[in-house]
Amino acid sequence: MCLAIPGQIVRWLRRDPPFCEAEIDFLGVRRVCNLSCVPEAQVAEYVIVHAGVAISVMDSAVAHLLLSELRSHEHEVNGAGLGELHE
Amino acid sequence: MKLIDEFRDPALAQQLVESIRGVATRRWTIMEVCGGQTHGLLRHGIDEELRDVVELLHGPGCPVCVTPTTVIDHAIELALRPGVLLTTFGDMLRVPGKHRSLMQAQAEGANIQMVYSPLDAVKLAQELPSTQVVFFAVGFETTAPATAIAVSQAEALDLPNFSVLTAHVRVEPAMEAIAQAEDCRVNGFLAAGHVCTITGYEQYHKLAQRYRMPIVVTGFEPIDLLVGIYRCLQLLEQGSFDVVNAYTRSVRPAGNLAAQEILQQVFVVADQPWRGLGEVPLGGLILASKFRGFDAVDRFALERTTVAVEDECQSGAVMSGRIRPTQCPHFGSRCTPQSPLGAPMVSTEGACSAYYRYSNLVPLNTSPAS
Ligand code: SF4
Repeated sequence: MCLAIPGQIVRWLRRDPPFCEAEIDFLGVRRVCNLSCVPEAQVAEYVIVHAGVAISVMDSAVAHLLLSELRSHEHEVNGAGLGELHE
Repeated sequence: MKLIDEFRDPALAQQLVESIRGVATRRWTIMEVCGGQTHGLLRHGIDEELRDVVELLHGPGCPVCVTPTTVIDHAIELALRPGVLLTTFGDMLRVPGKHRSLMQAQAEGANIQMVYSPLDAVKLAQELPSTQVVFFAVGFETTAPATAIAVSQAEALDLPNFSVLTAHVRVEPAMEAIAQAEDCRVNGFLAAGHVCTITGYEQYHKLAQRYRMPIVVTGFEPIDLLVGIYRCLQLLEQGSFDVVNAYTRSVRPAGNLAAQEILQQVFVVADQPWRGLGEVPLGGLILASKFRGFDAVDRFALERTTVAVEDECQSGAVMSGRIRPTQCPHFGSRCTPQSPLGAPMVSTEGACSAYYRYSNLVPLNTSPAS
């Protein structure tokens, strides 16, 4: 039920809440989704979509930082680093 | 896709398993709150792989499972009325009500259509002006904004033939109900990543301190789940009751403010009966008075549900971590996905369905099929 999947914004279609809409690309399949909860989202950014509504803009930079920390075992050296990127 | 495959990387997963073993000096008990996490853990065999260092208990995070039988019976009753089209998520269709499920009612002529989004139900109401379109709305804070947007759209469009039958629930009060139980065995929580995407996690600090349990906001892919477990064990070993975000690419400390504003316009917090768990104080969301005109209970003069009727299903014990699905006397015998006694056996987030589906576990070091 809480399943949500990332997709990339192709183009905005409407900007008036609660009808904000954009075309989103999910691995080549395009769907129109509601963007009322992420009015700041920009074309080419990834959004996480649940039940036809984007619930967040994915922070790709933070995701890559976490992955590189994990790969370099940095989490074992300074354990506190993981998961505190946003705090 | 980038940022999906990386979070399923088998080599990285194996490395994290070793880190987890390295950090644990004893076996801890952790509850993953969301049913989506339960399915991820079982699908990838993570619970089996880590069995010696961590016992994973499955939490209440299956909104389909906690929807009271009486609300499902209301939905069936509405779908059988002439001129009504009941719309809902596919997950709800096979959940047993008192006597039957929506799918069984459909075979008897009930007018039911599965939708992917509540916004599709609004479109149907526009296309079918002489039909009363009811959206049967279930879900946690992750899903409630979609319902709120649908109701706002219906209001803006002045749609007289759209209404919602709501059973929206809130996660935090359910976590509190579990934490405060005298026989609670949970040492730490993995909080539900997509719920926290909406609500944030600042409010969890009080809960963590009061019940002396660390809380780690966790995602759904194998790497997310392993990082969540790693961080939770690390906090437990340090004796820390902190709240940590391990799903940083989606969750911000204060959550999604635009979504919260939409929720606050349309819904108010209320006590709510949960199937299997009983009345949960402040456990649900109901339509604010301004939007009561869109409430199917009022529009169709249904009786408001105030109690969750208990049934033979042991879902309450499963969802609060008291028993494992396989310890339910009905598991696999009287209760199967083909003939379910309770919702956890059919919901895609139900713990019983996860045990039934993934009993042949896939080892963690092989590439997941999905
Ligand atoms: S096995 Fe069936 S009856 Fe038992 S708790 Fe699960 S859903 Fe309920």
